[in-house]
Amino acid sequence: MSNAAETVQEEEIDLAAANEVIDKYMDMHGALMPVLQDVQEAYGYIPEPCVHLIAERLNVYTSQIYGVLTFYAQFHLEPRGRYIVRVCMGTACHVKGAGRIADTLKERLGIGHAETTEDLKFTAEYVACIGACGMAPVIMVNDGTYGSMTVQKMDEVIAKYKAMD
Amino acid sequence: MAANAENIKVLICQGTGGLASGAQAVAEAFEEEFAKKGVEAKVGKRCEVIGTGCRGLCANDVLVDIVMPGHEGVTYDFVTPEMVPQIVEEHVIGNQPVEKKKAGPYYEKFLEKQHRVVFSRCGTVNAESMDDFIAHRGFEGIKKAVKMAPAEVIDEVKRSGLRGRGGGGFPTGVKWSFCAASPGNEKYLICNADEGDPGAFMDRSILEGDPYGLIEGMMIGAYAIGCTFGYVYCRAEYPLAIKRLQKAIDTCYEKGILGKNCMGLGFDFDMRIKAGAGAFVCGEETALMASIEGQRGMSRPRPPFPAVRGLWGKPTNINNVETFANVSYIFYNGADWYSSIGTEGTKGTKIFALTGKVKHTGLVEVPAGTTMREVIFDVCGGILKNRKFKAVQAGGPSGGCLPPVALDAQVDYDSLIKAGAMMGSGGLVVMDETTCMVDIARFFLNFTRVESCGKCIPCRIGLKIMLEILERITSGEGQEGDIEMLEDMAVDIKKSSLCGLGQTAPNPVLSTIRYFRDEYEAHIKDKYCPSHSCKPLLKFEVIKEACKMCGMCYKVCPVDAIIWEKKQLAVIDKEKCTKCTSCYDACPFMAIE
Repeated sequence: MSNAAETVQEEEIDLAAANEVIDKYMDMHGALMPVLQDVQEAYGYIPEPCVHLIAERLNVYTSQIYGVLTFYAQFHLEPRGRYIVRVCMGTACHVKGAGRIADTLKERLGIGHAETTEDLKFTAEYVACIGACGMAPVIMVNDGTYGSMTVQKMDEVIAKYKAMD
Repeated sequence: MAANAENIKVLICQGTGGLASGAQAVAEAFEEEFAKKGVEAKVGKRCEVIGTGCRGLCANDVLVDIVMPGHEGVTYDFVTPEMVPQIVEEHVIGNQPVEKKKAGPYYEKFLEKQHRVVFSRCGTVNAESMDDFIAHRGFEGIKKAVKMAPAEVIDEVKRSGLRGRGGGGFPTGVKWSFCAASPGNEKYLICNADEGDPGAFMDRSILEGDPYGLIEGMMIGAYAIGCTFGYVYCRAEYPLAIKRLQKAIDTCYEKGILGKNCMGLGFDFDMRIKAGAGAFVCGEETALMASIEGQRGMSRPRPPFPAVRGLWGKPTNINNVETFANVSYIFYNGADWYSSIGTEGTKGTKIFALTGKVKHTGLVEVPAGTTMREVIFDVCGGILKNRKFKAVQAGGPSGGCLPPVALDAQVDYDSLIKAGAMMGSGGLVVMDETTCMVDIARFFLNFTRVESCGKCIPCRIGLKIMLEILERITSGEGQEGDIEMLEDMAVDIKKSSLCGLGQTAPNPVLSTIRYFRDEYEAHIKDKYCPSHSCKPLLKFEVIKEACKMCGMCYKVCPVDAIIWEKKQLAVIDKEKCTKCTSCYDACPFMAIE
């Protein structure tokens, strides 16, 4: 999104949803994290204007918010794909060949960890243990879990989602 | 709706593992079949489909139990919607179990050495039903506890010998007494459900399968210590666990079990879930509290301990999910009963998550003191593809790898530390001869380096340098002196890091050097990986003497780079080969180097 060489255009977004979230948690002790989580839920990522809005309304420094955003793995500052492919990199999956699954994804879609395809269709994420170790190696596509993955099964799953909108 | 003993019950595992294997479709198939065939009218009994928590044998999901009134339950594994009509026709209507589809004798073996205490309700009751919970002794523990004085409750927990199940093993009763003794009326109780260890998922299964049990354990703790507010800090990676626990908390509020004057027992307790945001270090108590307060999850030095100055500066007591779940059972059956299970130093049962190269991966609850060998070979059926057992990694990224000679170690806090690992959260990752120990050390260090909060230098810089050395070794560029350098750094980092993450992160490296030094040397001196797993050191050639001409590699190669015919040695066409290593996994004889 923001490249230092370009002049950064302030994104035009509708802040109504963010305001609603802030209203909900306004009086809560330690409101920052739940606010950020719900804003991300609403927009799919944390748009910059929302950060300024949250800073103003919760009375915290912008730097503190960015400190939190960049510390936790789950916050994203850029738009992401419609299908989030999470490749589990937990111990059990690693032992059973998760590296190969990640390589296959990279070969087929050209995206590595935290990267998104040009058409905003797929985002790849390498995550630590999603807790379905009994079926390692595991991937998730949005909320669907696929276990006992192989290179061939990976191709099937990718083809399935490629065919969707 | 409570389960009625006269009804025919269909228990379907609906934990994350079950759902990923298609439990939802199986449940719907049963419902449909019952409606379509008018089964209830035929057998004259109500047929209930009940979604339960995890039963432990995740490898064989979807697991379904059919319980006919007056009969023992019958378990089917690998159930698909297609199998449902036959099961309903023959078993539910005809009362003849479908022998061919039943779980084999391994399922009995899987359960035989287990002693399911904390998991006693998982897999037998409807995870979302409070009535079911109450029908299975639910809330008996808290009712007994409030008849005693808070100090007596703490004494009962001390007498039981329960030690923290998060991995540290600190006596729970003693911890409670510290916080109870702190002055002030505002105290917090936190349940640590930030199960970040890769390879451990027992906490998640408790949350998904017995959420009310956790609430009860926390209520007992709150009463004993004098806390009026509790948080459950749960990983955001566990959406189903959060959903079920939230539902359970909401139901408790509706029925007056939580809130002002809980159940009319004369104390107040409020509870809230706090979802984490993906940081392993937040399992460390001081980082966890910072995270609840809405800051970066950074550890701080102790003292002051949380029991003195914790969340928002108030006295705070933090226990793990499994610890709280144990507390309820101590009060159901008494401290004497609890301390009769286990060993001298470790009382009660411990849940282990078995993953990696074992036949039956899943969750196993055994009395402390069972040996590693019994857990891996008797309960979980031994090693996949009958390969050779090489090591078991105990205790997650803070633990260590144990070689075959340590198989007779008992699983309790003290024996495992003596052997060079630790109990940790209870993840056991089993490895066979195809797993490279140097690569495993690299894997764990990569994990801890990424997850380090970056506050203190030994952890932030030290782990990075150790990782660089390991990466060099696994890519064939190891040098003389690397092993000594790693050992040296590991000791310094352990001594000088601020929190548990840094203090234990070098353990996997130290234990693999201790037991598998020859593998390190082979990588450094011969540029050879004995397990055939480090990609940069692979030649992609068939070892003629070892090849048994079975064609397994030929069948799995995604690019047809393997030339093979029956009774012929396989040959790999290096032009076509994309180095995906599928053939290495498939070969039963390690015949590809």
